[in-house]
Amino acid sequence: MGVLQRPLPMSVHCKGAAALLAGAIVALGGAGCSGPDESDRVTVLAAASLTEPFTTLADEVSDDDEIALSFGASSALVEQLRAGARADVLATADTRTMAHAVDAGLVTGDPIVFARNSLVLAVPTGNPGSVSGLADLARDELRVALCEPQVPCGAAAEQMLATGGVDARPDTLEADARATAGKLALGEVDAALIYRTDVTSSMEIVDLPPDAVVVTEYLIAMVDGASNQRGAEDFITAVTGATGRRLLAEAGFETP
Amino acid sequence: MTRHSAEARVPVLFVVPAGLGLAILLLPLAGLLARAPWNRLGEILGSDGVLTALRLSVLTATLATAICLVCGIPLAWLLARGSFPGRSLLRGLVTVPLVLPPVIGGIALLVAFGRGGTVGSWLESATGTTLPFTTAAVVIAQSFVAMPFLVIAVEGALRGADRRYEDVAATLGASPWTIFRRVTLPAVAPGVLSGAVLCWARALGEFGATITFAGSFPGITRTLPLEAYTAIGAGDAETAIVLSLLMIVVAVAVLALLRDRWLVRG
Repeated sequence: MGVLQRPLPMSVHCKGAAALLAGAIVALGGAGCSGPDESDRVTVLAAASLTEPFTTLADEVSDDDEIALSFGASSALVEQLRAGARADVLATADTRTMAHAVDAGLVTGDPIVFARNSLVLAVPTGNPGSVSGLADLARDELRVALCEPQVPCGAAAEQMLATGGVDARPDTLEADARATAGKLALGEVDAALIYRTDVTSSMEIVDLPPDAVVVTEYLIAMVDGASNQRGAEDFITAVTGATGRRLLAEAGFETP
Repeated sequence: MTRHSAEARVPVLFVVPAGLGLAILLLPLAGLLARAPWNRLGEILGSDGVLTALRLSVLTATLATAICLVCGIPLAWLLARGSFPGRSLLRGLVTVPLVLPPVIGGIALLVAFGRGGTVGSWLESATGTTLPFTTAAVVIAQSFVAMPFLVIAVEGALRGADRRYEDVAATLGASPWTIFRRVTLPAVAPGVLSGAVLCWARALGEFGATITFAGSFPGITRTLPLEAYTAIGAGDAETAIVLSLLMIVVAVAVLALLRDRWLVRG
């Protein structure tokens, strides 16, 4: 849910009603307006789980609205690019989705691994469902949330369950990692498989044996035909550089 | 309708904005038609995922419409005929879901009927069940967003109906219930029908409140709009486009039905 968590700063740059209208039409395709500052802006499509570190990073490395961030399930972002959305940078939550983008010629150069995350079994504080391990996810009376198998967190969850030999009985398959964590944060489910970075103070992590842990890699690449190549390179440098690594580590990611 | 002898001259200034307006409204539909995988249409429409979502959508929208009829007609009657303090405030409150973003409605439903919610925690201790992630939650979410359509349509019809027939029935000794059933209801039947059709269409298209309150699981809570959203999120644009076309066909059919029967006369 909430593909556009931070609105594209379009109207401030567009002059005149005609430009606004044109901007609105272009925005349906996912791009900014054709205002005078277009060359300065970097549009970044990023996995939902990167919401916090990327938002902070954008605030730290640019003074105004020069970086437009759009968050969603990685697979949904690749689909937006395939449909012609104009963006400069793509950051996905797994290698499979980035491989789809590479295969479709949507990004240029070799994608860079910039962070690692791990999937954890999380429960609401106090563990109301008395969940002690992965096998509990097969209990029918337990409310369980997983990600949809086609999005990265869902693929990682399937891998984890298959490795553990658990036939889980989920009650909902959410559209992205943040939505799954949201259902747990509200206490509406007893357990969920979410990213370590999405665990909040209202949740606890249930320890799993080391061989059950699934680690996912985050990749970043410049979009093919990016209108602001310089800005895209700068943003990628910022993510892989000291500032990016610090912010990612603060958010709970491992950095290479 | 009055007909003017000469056709109104179109102000030249209107042509460009009107054309842009049309483009905003129609280009997305044209885009869907252009990208539609016509050769795979039957295969996608016949797939398990789509059929399951279609069945669930028809079932839940029909149940929600039934609930809206049973609760909405009496509510409309109270708003149109009742005389009690705070009636106009009540009418305003009833229409709130019309202007509320559905996802906000979903959050409100979750906070009220979720297991941590005021009503929800009471429900869980009383019955041992919780509403979120059940088909019942889908029906409640749909009823929440669709009921105002029915109430407004029926209330309008009640206000427009000639009350002298009811007065005559009363002087002849008919009970209020008989008057409602034999006189009032037949008089407002077109309003009830058009309200029910709008209500059903709105319930069928419900997305935000459903995904927030009921979650998304095939066969239980994943209705057609959720299936389309899941498909686009998973990178399956073809299924998403076919589902979008299906919803558009339903929407156009509803409009055609309303137009021919009740909306436009003459």
